[in-house]
Amino acid sequence: MIRILQITIVCIFSTAVLSVDTKNSFADNKDLTVGFSQIGAESGWRTAETKSIRSEAKKRGVNLKFSDAQQKQENQIKALGAFIAQNVDAIILAPVVETGWEPILKKAHRRGIPVILVDRGVKVTNDDLYTTLIASDFVAEGRMAGDWLAAKTGGKANIVELQGTPGAAPAIDRKKGFEQAIAKHPGMKITKSQTGEFTRAKGKEVMEAFLKSGGEIDAVYAHNDDMALGAIQAIEEAGKKPGVDILVVSIDGVKPAFESMVEGKLNCTVECNPLLGPAAFDAVEQAVAGKKLPKNTIVQDKLFDQSTAKDVIDSRQY
Amino acid sequence: MPESLRKLTWPLAALAVLLLFNALLNPEFFSLHFAEGRLTGSLVDVLDRATPVLLLSLGMTLVIATAGVDLSVGAVMAMAGSISAVLLTDVGMPVLPTLLITLLASLAAGAWNGLLVSMLGIQPIVATLILMVAGRGIAQLLTDGQIIPIEGHPGFAYLGGGTLFFLPVTITIALAAALFTAIAVRYTALGLFIESAGENPTASRYAGLNVRAVRLLVYTLSGLFAGVAGLIYASDITAADANNAGLYLELDAILAVVIGGTALSGGRFFLAGSIIGALIIQTLGTTILMTQIGGQSIPAEWNLIVKAIVVLVVCLLQSAALRQILTGKGVRG
Repeated sequence: MIRILQITIVCIFSTAVLSVDTKNSFADNKDLTVGFSQIGAESGWRTAETKSIRSEAKKRGVNLKFSDAQQKQENQIKALGAFIAQNVDAIILAPVVETGWEPILKKAHRRGIPVILVDRGVKVTNDDLYTTLIASDFVAEGRMAGDWLAAKTGGKANIVELQGTPGAAPAIDRKKGFEQAIAKHPGMKITKSQTGEFTRAKGKEVMEAFLKSGGEIDAVYAHNDDMALGAIQAIEEAGKKPGVDILVVSIDGVKPAFESMVEGKLNCTVECNPLLGPAAFDAVEQAVAGKKLPKNTIVQDKLFDQSTAKDVIDSRQY
Repeated sequence: MPESLRKLTWPLAALAVLLLFNALLNPEFFSLHFAEGRLTGSLVDVLDRATPVLLLSLGMTLVIATAGVDLSVGAVMAMAGSISAVLLTDVGMPVLPTLLITLLASLAAGAWNGLLVSMLGIQPIVATLILMVAGRGIAQLLTDGQIIPIEGHPGFAYLGGGTLFFLPVTITIALAAALFTAIAVRYTALGLFIESAGENPTASRYAGLNVRAVRLLVYTLSGLFAGVAGLIYASDITAADANNAGLYLELDAILAVVIGGTALSGGRFFLAGSIIGALIIQTLGTTILMTQIGGQSIPAEWNLIVKAIVVLVVCLLQSAALRQILTGKGVRG
């Protein structure tokens, strides 16, 4: 409790200092109102993203209207509708799924409200319906994980895959990227693949079933860290050593994943940077100023393995 | 054949068909061996993994028998996990008082539902919807929306991962809860009171039955079982995951009750049926994970469809009207 209080106080002070610093350069932001529709708070990653956007808004003096959709698209569409009715200057949207956004985005487009997508894309017939997408390249993330595993195993491995929620962009793309990477190695194949719904409990349950369904398992590829952490528990309970008997690779780079790497259980994770606040508000300001923006702003991701985990673990913010 | 046994025929048949399917396609499903002091194998996993839904369905059966429903059980699970995480890690409380306080809080959550339904006369679906939304919110508030690891508490980890009688301890917990409920409702008049309150509350009241007290009791019990399920969930992953713990499990619990032959309209209830319902749901889940078709897993996008088809078939099997149509005897009424 005291620690939380301390952190809060530090945050308030640092924002205060920063806002003094930036007061002049962002003076006209005082009137900016931006609506942010977030998917939810299902993981440490997403909470870090929310914090980044919130603190950046505060820093720049933007009036931020925040809406948590609790994983439901209908709530996001409702929130967007409310933002449009309130005539906000811009909307930041982290879409829970790829499809079904056309009608509400058209409405925003007609009102001339720029929509900045963060961390996930949408499928629309007309790309003009959103201003820009600021996101990691999930396909590249999957590829990086696959390349690392290929190098580690010399291109020979029976892999089981723990997919994210069916239909979610990161699940689709991380699967695709990984498959591209291992396609170059005939000795590598995915023998089992099912959804662990991005959660620890499901990741554990699925891995438990995979371990009992016969066949060699050399490596696990999980679409996010939480599922990998669940799978690690299942491997341990089956009397095997995660990270040694069965290699574990995943994506996201949340702090518990780094802790697990330091313990030698998780082999590597590809960081998917959630600190999108600065980039998102840069885009908002440019869009409001009427400047043309590129359709895609790609956030660079980085791979960490056990050899690098120790050095960076203390600097992890999420 | 007595009604309770006849009602069990079709759920049992469905379970048998699922097992037969596994016997043909996934022989590994039945392999059992002894490792690290306990029996391991998919069959054991099914029993272990079915525990949360089984516990929820016990409470849910009684609630549904009073012509109610409890939508809040999943959220109460999340609350139980979060409360115990906060007590163990932030407050530094020992395991036993933590469990006690968590269970008392779950009991209180259930009693809150019971009060809304029995004293204030709010529709059960609405009354429990409140806690379904708010309960998860409370859980998220307690944990700041983060997954809180609960490490260094072997007593807590034992609940979901420990071994008793050479089997996961969860199986004993589920069995004990089932026995407790069965004895409470079948060896006292309580079962009769519940069925009577569900069948015709007005007549029951005139007959001198305290319908309010009966309702209050079943919701409280449902909350308590949800709390136990939540503790098992958190203990299993040694972390409190307020966002995902028990998510949509209220629906699985209702499904288990319905598959088990208890009607949503209240009245007669079948505890054994609900237990088999919970086992069917978990057997199906594990079967989907283990089945390989042509060396490939079932595509994840098909999971829910397969589940829906199996549930549909079980429900159709139980439909007396459909059986009469098929046997050409005509439909009553």
